[in-house]
Amino acid sequence: MEQKSVFSVLSPIMAGPSSSHTAGAVRLGLMARNIYAKDFSNVRFILYNSFATTGFGHGTDKGLLAGLCGYNVDDKDIKNIFNIVDNNKYAYEYKQDISRHPNSVDIIIDNEMFISGDSIGAGEIRINSINGFSTNIDGTYDTLILMYKDKPGMISVVSNIIQKQNVNIASLHCDRTSKGGTASMCLSLDIPIGDDIVEQIKQIKDVFYAVNIRKLK
Amino acid sequence: MTILSFNELIKTCKKNNKAIYQIIQEEEANLSEISIDTVRLKTLENLIAMKDAIKNGLNSSEKSISNWCGDDCRKLQDIYSKRHSLFGNVFEKIITYALATTEENLRMGRIVACPTAGSCGIVPSVIIATSEEKNIPEIKQIDGLLTAGAVGLIISQKVQLAGAVGGCQNECGVASAMAASALTEMLGGTCNEIIQAAALALKNILGLTCDPVCGMVEVPCIKRNAFLAVHAVTACELALCGVESKIPIDEIVDTLKITGQLMSPLLKETAQGGLAKTKTAVELEKNIYRH
Repeated sequence: MEQKSVFSVLSPIMAGPSSSHTAGAVRLGLMARNIYAKDFSNVRFILYNSFATTGFGHGTDKGLLAGLCGYNVDDKDIKNIFNIVDNNKYAYEYKQDISRHPNSVDIIIDNEMFISGDSIGAGEIRINSINGFSTNIDGTYDTLILMYKDKPGMISVVSNIIQKQNVNIASLHCDRTSKGGTASMCLSLDIPIGDDIVEQIKQIKDVFYAVNIRKLK
Repeated sequence: MTILSFNELIKTCKKNNKAIYQIIQEEEANLSEISIDTVRLKTLENLIAMKDAIKNGLNSSEKSISNWCGDDCRKLQDIYSKRHSLFGNVFEKIITYALATTEENLRMGRIVACPTAGSCGIVPSVIIATSEEKNIPEIKQIDGLLTAGAVGLIISQKVQLAGAVGGCQNECGVASAMAASALTEMLGGTCNEIIQAAALALKNILGLTCDPVCGMVEVPCIKRNAFLAVHAVTACELALCGVESKIPIDEIVDTLKITGQLMSPLLKETAQGGLAKTKTAVELEKNIYRH
């Protein structure tokens, strides 16, 4: 069992009213921002279940947008985010789907990035899928995400590059559409890697997407 | 933390002749690979954020997002500026500060989740109101907050601190046990008295459901923070007089977990039962959703 910090019960310092529905929403937005890694023109949020039914009263809608715009969980401007961001840039939909987590959201950015995540309690979050690939990202580690053509040896090529930096891989998660189809890889790293290393990984043959997602504060 | 039970915590304190806050700050320093001074500094930052939340809450009567709540703290301040409460200054300050913090939470103001946002008024109101009235220095308040952290952490290693998992006993109930231990530490209680205070607070809140109206952290959550802050003081007073819980705290924590499992899902933050299904709540629900 992973040891817990005393600050897990004495924090976060956050804009209220709910660690799951507000702080969790901000952090999901922040993760989406880190994954997309560039400015967005428009975003569509699909809120599910409890996020859909009680999100309004908890500022879940505001939190998601504020996170995507780079605001931290304790920012006093989260509540004013609708006055800050041009209202043509964002839209919300609300759905019920019992196959999804109670506090669940899809974030669709510029119709090109589709991110799915859950707020799992006490402000902790999990990104479950990016563009249809299953992921397992909780924001507690720097995470390198790759998408590539599925073929033998890719894991060892990537891990070799990282090993040369003397960076330890804390966990590894892979997924693919089919054998020889498109595959994804998520590597949680104990210490951050540099942009030059991400560039180096992007240059690997058959890798068509690579991004290093910084861990959440 | 490497310490998994209260029994182990008490033994560690006795063996090393150290207070609970000393043990927890050492544990945290080891775990996070930072110095004890840094642990205390981080704790101080949280304490300052708690004080800021109280200050902001006292100065605002802005309504919550739902427009139901937000001006009760103002009512207390108005009355207590004219006359004192039956139980005196500390009591009135605790309930005023608890409402100040939770109302600020509902306005999307900046608060410290302790252990959760829904229970954010309990630990700060008890620590800060008592310290102001009894001139307890900041260094002792940090000791108190770390003690509260130790109690919350040991419970959270066994029980998830979420209303959806075990009802309000897991949020406001645990916050009250944390506050009781903090207060007992600040008033000079022994390690055993601190643990007894936490045990008494937790034992007497078992079974508390989470049935918020419309599923939001407002009714009954705001006022409940004031009630459970006072509950913590009762536990502390009993413990400091030598009253002990017949059931040891580790068994109470196990009971907390089992009671949460036995509790109907309708009463665990689903807004499907209890207060959330009263005639008035159903009426409110019709008007609140904007989509």
